[in-house]
Amino acid sequence: MSLLRPQRSALPGFGLSLGITVAYLSLIVLLPLSAVFVKAAGFSPVEFWQAVTSPRVLASYRLTFGASFLAALANVPAGVILAWVLIRYDFPGRRIVDALVDLPFALPTAVAGIALTAIYAKNGWLGQWLEPAGFKVAYTWIGVWVALTFVGLPFVVRTVQPVLEELEPELEEAAATLGATRGQTFWRVMFPALRPAIITGFALAFARAVGEYGSVVFISGNMPLKTEITPLLIITKLEQYDYRGATALAVVLLVGSFTLLLLIQLFQRRTRGARA
Amino acid sequence: MSIEVKNVSKHFGSFTALAGVSLKVESGRLTALLGPSGSGKTTLLRIIAGLEFPDASDDRAAGRVLFHGEDVSDVPVGRRGVGFVFQHYALFRHMTVAQNIAFGLTVRPRSERPNAKVIAGRVEELLQLMQLGGLGGRLPDQLSGGQRQRVALARALAVQPKVLLLDEPFGALDAQVRKDLRRWLRSLHEKIHVTTVFVTHDQEEALELADEVVVMNHAKIEQSGAPQTVYDRPASPFVIEFLGNVNRMAALAGKPNATGKDVLYVRPHDVDIQRGQAGEHSLLARVLHVFSAGSYGRISLQRTDNGEAFEAEIARDRLLDLDLQQGEVVSVLFRHVRLFPKGQLYEADVTNGQLSETAPGYRPAHGSGEHI
Repeated sequence: MSLLRPQRSALPGFGLSLGITVAYLSLIVLLPLSAVFVKAAGFSPVEFWQAVTSPRVLASYRLTFGASFLAALANVPAGVILAWVLIRYDFPGRRIVDALVDLPFALPTAVAGIALTAIYAKNGWLGQWLEPAGFKVAYTWIGVWVALTFVGLPFVVRTVQPVLEELEPELEEAAATLGATRGQTFWRVMFPALRPAIITGFALAFARAVGEYGSVVFISGNMPLKTEITPLLIITKLEQYDYRGATALAVVLLVGSFTLLLLIQLFQRRTRGARA
Repeated sequence: MSIEVKNVSKHFGSFTALAGVSLKVESGRLTALLGPSGSGKTTLLRIIAGLEFPDASDDRAAGRVLFHGEDVSDVPVGRRGVGFVFQHYALFRHMTVAQNIAFGLTVRPRSERPNAKVIAGRVEELLQLMQLGGLGGRLPDQLSGGQRQRVALARALAVQPKVLLLDEPFGALDAQVRKDLRRWLRSLHEKIHVTTVFVTHDQEEALELADEVVVMNHAKIEQSGAPQTVYDRPASPFVIEFLGNVNRMAALAGKPNATGKDVLYVRPHDVDIQRGQAGEHSLLARVLHVFSAGSYGRISLQRTDNGEAFEAEIARDRLLDLDLQQGEVVSVLFRHVRLFPKGQLYEADVTNGQLSETAPGYRPAHGSGEHI
């Protein structure tokens, strides 16, 4: 069976749907991305290397990828619990909570950034208590992490929710009749079933956070070497008409994100393979 | 381990699932909870298991579940010592058959947990008992429905439960597999003798498999007793209609008893067909259709006096002798009829042309809502 000529099927449409997929992906995703690579190719290899490894840039990678990773990680337990509560319990206001989860999707990220800054700044609602206690959030990497956690939450909730919905309560009941505690039931019965969805949710939240700009720039303070994220550096370079420099950073960001997402996919495939 | 349920009620919102139900299951028996969907049978089973709780009541003696005389109403499900088998198996799909069966043992606290060798031995033993030898390494998705159900049973039995509870255990299986598994479960019960309660809506299943049948309807127990008893001495119109085929028709004055407008029940196998005129205890009916492909002949008939249709079942050789023609008018004799005037069973037999009636109250019927 060749890739493009599958066996005769009662449900035709493979050729058409694959054609649409390829055309659409090329137009919407691949074409702009390759433009980035073409633009960055204006550099000689040495220039490119220098542009993407200056100390200021390296610090921004650490912050961007590090804070994104931690934010996605924090969203996993929180997102699973949220999805669990929304599926398994019925309480007044459940639909409102359900709708609230999607808000970070809809909100212009700058609005989120301004709101978060207002809360965590020295004179903000929470900042005024946290800062005297020695816990500075705004204008530190923790602020970046808070903003990235905010934008990533819906991804975990919305990927885990449908899978959890499909898991019959009978599985939990069966475990309970066999004497399992709630913890054992979760870790040994529920979690293995939810794991693929959790990993996907994590990957999406992470990818979103790496590219996030609007909500971060207000709360981070954008101090070079400390609280400057890579997307901001790109904007800065663009404002200085350093188009090649900006695209070089974009290439690193792209390749980095793609590699990580690919690794997560492979890990996913392997854990699934181990089950079968 | 005997089970006793005392005056249990359960509501889900405005729906009454159980209305003051009491039940006693003797130790080592195989008992069927039989009823249509919505009759409360599954709720009762889940309350016995501890997966559902009775409504709170002011009466302290009400809403209790006792195992062997000991009140377990407040014992959580994991400590009640019940094995529960779900209709859709509820197997853990990411675990192998062996891991599924071992689950109940491996989740025990370290101090009570048998070592890996003992667990493996127990799993192997159960695989043999369930005729699943060699399938321990498979995943549930790689098994047939009947095999999955047996894995679920093995998993429940692995923890050596005091009571085995099965919710529609054969509900999701093909007719042939159901039959095989039913017989197999009966023989398994002979071997292990664990007090077992199973829920079913299939009267044939209940009558064939159980020592004791509890017929439920509308949140109450209609009747309970041995299969023979509930079949031959139904306590209510519901029971006679639910258990086996029965013809339901208006009883006419003078034929074959004179109780007036009440409804008359006659089983198809209690209908005899003869040629000739209507006798003292028989009536005339037209033959609508004859089905002879089966272990007995099935004839649909229509009464000539009021047009009611009914069915008769007669032996095949008798059917050959009669050589019934479609549209022919024959004489029909009801050998055994039942009526339920004022909630009481009233029976009449016709043998050799003689009518013998059983007066109401003569055979004490178990009124509806009574327990065993």
